[in-house]
Amino acid sequence: MGPGEDFKNPAASVKPNPLSRLHSTKMLTKRVIPCLDVHDGKVTRGLQFGRAEEGGLRNVGDPVELAIRYNDQGADEMVFFDITASAHGRGTMIDVIERTAAHCFMPLTVGGGIRAVEDMSAMLKSGADKISINSSAIATPELISAGAERFGSQCIVVSIDAKKTAPDCWEVFVQGGRKPTGLDAVAWAEEAVRRGAGEIVLNSIDADGTKAGYDLVITRRISEAVGVPVVASGGAGTLDHMVAVLAEGKADAVLAASIFHFGEYTVTDVKHHLARHGVPVRLPETVAN
Amino acid sequence: MLALIDYGSGNIRSVTNALKREGADVELVSDPARLAAAEAIVLPGVGAFGDCVRGLQSRRLWEPLAEWLAADRPFLGICVGYQMLFEESEESPGVRGFGFFGGAVKRFTTPGLKVPQIGWNQLDLAAPAHSLWRGLPPHPHVYFVHSFFPDPSEGAIVTARSTYGETFAASAARGRAAGVQFHPEKSQAVGLAILRNFIASVPARALAGQG
Repeated sequence: MGPGEDFKNPAASVKPNPLSRLHSTKMLTKRVIPCLDVHDGKVTRGLQFGRAEEGGLRNVGDPVELAIRYNDQGADEMVFFDITASAHGRGTMIDVIERTAAHCFMPLTVGGGIRAVEDMSAMLKSGADKISINSSAIATPELISAGAERFGSQCIVVSIDAKKTAPDCWEVFVQGGRKPTGLDAVAWAEEAVRRGAGEIVLNSIDADGTKAGYDLVITRRISEAVGVPVVASGGAGTLDHMVAVLAEGKADAVLAASIFHFGEYTVTDVKHHLARHGVPVRLPETVAN
Repeated sequence: MLALIDYGSGNIRSVTNALKREGADVELVSDPARLAAAEAIVLPGVGAFGDCVRGLQSRRLWEPLAEWLAADRPFLGICVGYQMLFEESEESPGVRGFGFFGGAVKRFTTPGLKVPQIGWNQLDLAAPAHSLWRGLPPHPHVYFVHSFFPDPSEGAIVTARSTYGETFAASAARGRAAGVQFHPEKSQAVGLAILRNFIASVPARALAGQG
């Protein structure tokens, strides 16, 4: 069939053809998302969960420069976390998002210190596409629905810090993994989605920063329990960890910080590795004009 | 001047940034009188179909846009800005779209599928020669965020398809008007090329960027 022939043929309607669907390799790809923890306008990385506030930070550079680098490497999205979480930090973050959005034409998520719909609005206006809320959603679950009603569910990401507290039991923690909430991680994910969250980021506290791999069991449980995409975060040390959480863990995306910031792997390396292991990803494409 | 319709629907900063980067003389337009100075229109749209239609109506932009479409002038609808070109949507029963394209907007219903579709999916260029696709690879990836998709009554208007559970019209065009379900302003090099191609399809004086 020549170029354009399909277009001219009115019989080629958009009604799905079951046969072509079975043989199609085209599908929604799994996303690779670098995460930038921003403290006072700089990207930092704690060695393990919660250590950031305790001075265990390593400074890894300017957020906008890093964002542009990951954009060039073909990152599918980018997440910025304001770990200052103060009024001053918010102002700095707005500047970071504005400058990033002028250079990087990709989805940007902002989290940290978002406590009200007005905070969400300020971040979206500065160029963010999604807002990630964590402890403020636990303190005020209505914030999820208020945000979803105002900006749409696709805008509202609920981030969950989960820790295995007993066999077969994962509890939601806040304050950098120090404070238990009594909430069951799966039940909270379900409630967040019921209230309007369009995506769940699951951060496994046991695994975060240790590079021992994602927690596949809880990732899979939550992914199977909710009807929205689940982003796995925390624990990526090797590329095989990412393959595992996307395949066995049934995550829709992986979020990672350290392995990118310290130059161990580029986003492109990760995607080639995933592709070689049968995970559908978006590889670099060339535009001719 | 390229009029980017600003009617309180979501974040249009990235669309503005992307169009400017590609050399367009962009003006945010919420006053219908400003359309007289426009050579091209980009209609974005985030949120519910009904809210978007009402947002245009309450700003008295609905009729001028319908006339613009009927006059076959350069137009690009993005996401719900594309969906509104159809007759109606399952999202907001009873609310009429422009009806520029025949057919309705439907919700993804494949069992086990996560809705919304969020992420990068591939296009099948049903009309590879269409000006929007100039310079693109045969199956480019673009960024989608949506729970609903148009189901055109006429296959001939479809310029690209994509598959998420079912195959749907990711883009449609007739004359100088086109719409895309994905977000070109969020689709990196491929998306910027699509916007560049749209700008290039507009008569030259609109591009000059005098403003």
